[in-house]
Amino acid sequence: MSFAVNAMLKSPWVFHLSTGSCNNCDIEILDCLTPRFDIERFGMLLVGSIKHADVLLVTGSCNRKSAGRLKTLYEQAPQPCVVVAIGECSLSRGLFIHSYNCPVPLDKIIPVSVYIPGCPPKPEAIIGGVVKLIQKVKGT
Amino acid sequence: MAKSVIPIGPWHPLQEEPEFFTLTVDGETVVDMDVSIGYNHRGIEKLSEMKSFDQATFVIERICGICSTSHPFAYTRAVEDVIPVEVPDRAKYIRTIIAETERIHSHLLWLGLAGHFLGYNTIYHWVWKLREEILDVCEILTGNRNNYAIFKPGGVRRDFNMDDIPLVLRKIDGIIPTVDRLKKAILDDPVLHARLKGIGILTKEEVIDYSALGPTARASGVAKDVRKDAPYGAYDRVDWDMIVTENGDVFDKVVVRVLETYESIKIVKTCIAELPGGEIDLNIKDIPPGEGIGAHEAPRGETFHYIRSDGTNRPARHKVRAPTFMNLPTYKATVIGETISYATIILAAIDPCYCCTERMAVRDVEGKRLFGGPDLVKLSQEKTARMKREMGMP
Repeated sequence: MSFAVNAMLKSPWVFHLSTGSCNNCDIEILDCLTPRFDIERFGMLLVGSIKHADVLLVTGSCNRKSAGRLKTLYEQAPQPCVVVAIGECSLSRGLFIHSYNCPVPLDKIIPVSVYIPGCPPKPEAIIGGVVKLIQKVKGT
Repeated sequence: MAKSVIPIGPWHPLQEEPEFFTLTVDGETVVDMDVSIGYNHRGIEKLSEMKSFDQATFVIERICGICSTSHPFAYTRAVEDVIPVEVPDRAKYIRTIIAETERIHSHLLWLGLAGHFLGYNTIYHWVWKLREEILDVCEILTGNRNNYAIFKPGGVRRDFNMDDIPLVLRKIDGIIPTVDRLKKAILDDPVLHARLKGIGILTKEEVIDYSALGPTARASGVAKDVRKDAPYGAYDRVDWDMIVTENGDVFDKVVVRVLETYESIKIVKTCIAELPGGEIDLNIKDIPPGEGIGAHEAPRGETFHYIRSDGTNRPARHKVRAPTFMNLPTYKATVIGETISYATIILAAIDPCYCCTERMAVRDVEGKRLFGGPDLVKLSQEKTARMKREMGMP
């Protein structure tokens, strides 16, 4: 395991990106930071710029206006950057699959490492997903 | 002096939703602003027209995560207006209880975010810890923290389990002392007074000009609330007060929301105490052709839904107007002339919810807008004339 990856696992900094969601997943992500769930005790910190982030949390169904910008943002991220898809919309577009404005699912635009299903996933599920992500990176 | 432009967004660290604001500033003073939306557009109205009346409730619920009761409430009222039909009493009370618990958690969420916008993260963490208790109440009553899936045209989908009610009441009573402490801490804090008083003033005339809704209007002295003006559900059967303040600045909007939390707690407790027995659902099978409208006072203002049915099991037209659609333009009236440091909190004061508001414009490949405002008005007038001709009206 490289030095950078080892350091990242101690304290993964996350950047949160909504690409056309209903707000629920975003609020559950913010909920994870607040006292009851408090993921900051694992060293996870929500940062304001993709250039500081190790983990990209993507919610929402990637509509036409967001999809191109999402790709640009992913390209700006320092590698290694892992992508976590949160919520049914970013997994498979959920019930927006027939919408005229949601042409492709998220993993056709950028590579996704972890999928957290749910509409919206509970904060426990999000924490569980991120723990799985850390195990996955450790395993490789 | 040369003017400069400050972009906010589309993914700004302060906003959890994508939205693009451009503020034109002269020195520190904001002289102009513009907003570009569309990052959240999912085509909900069209999707809803593809689903049956029962299924559409689930689509409508996902317009907005925080208003996941308000939109179905307005939608089911619109469908019931098409038939027309009156839902059973127990269903009315259950709807009111869920709507008011949602208002409590939405106002608390806003309060926390406002603290976060001011850089006062103590409030943010404190309030969101309290909000978890309300989400627990929602989970106990409906089975879900958000997206309750309890509304259906003609009633509600599930009944409460009456064994859970003592626990719910205990939890609601448990939050009152914390809200009291919060109220004192926020309303007596000299720092917050200095930051919030006298900024972003929205006058009564501007509220009427922009047709602002909800707490944004009530903080400016316009007593406007669908729950009082045209009562529905159980709102006319319980005793509660409309909170109206006069100044219209950001501080008053905080006051309105904090005090409304108390009113909502009062409504929930009364409704639970007076919960009548009986049926919860009318089991509506057919929706006749016709039109219907439904309104509900969401935490941010009046949510309005229009349904046209052609006798099939799908809505022929479904129109949604969310409160932020009316409230967002008031930002132009409040932010211009203020300094850039106040711009975020003035925006936050209207409690914007962009995913409710999303609209789209059609452009050709060169980026030219195909339909502007006058074109849409012309199209609309032509369509009205055509429909009148078809229906044989003069």
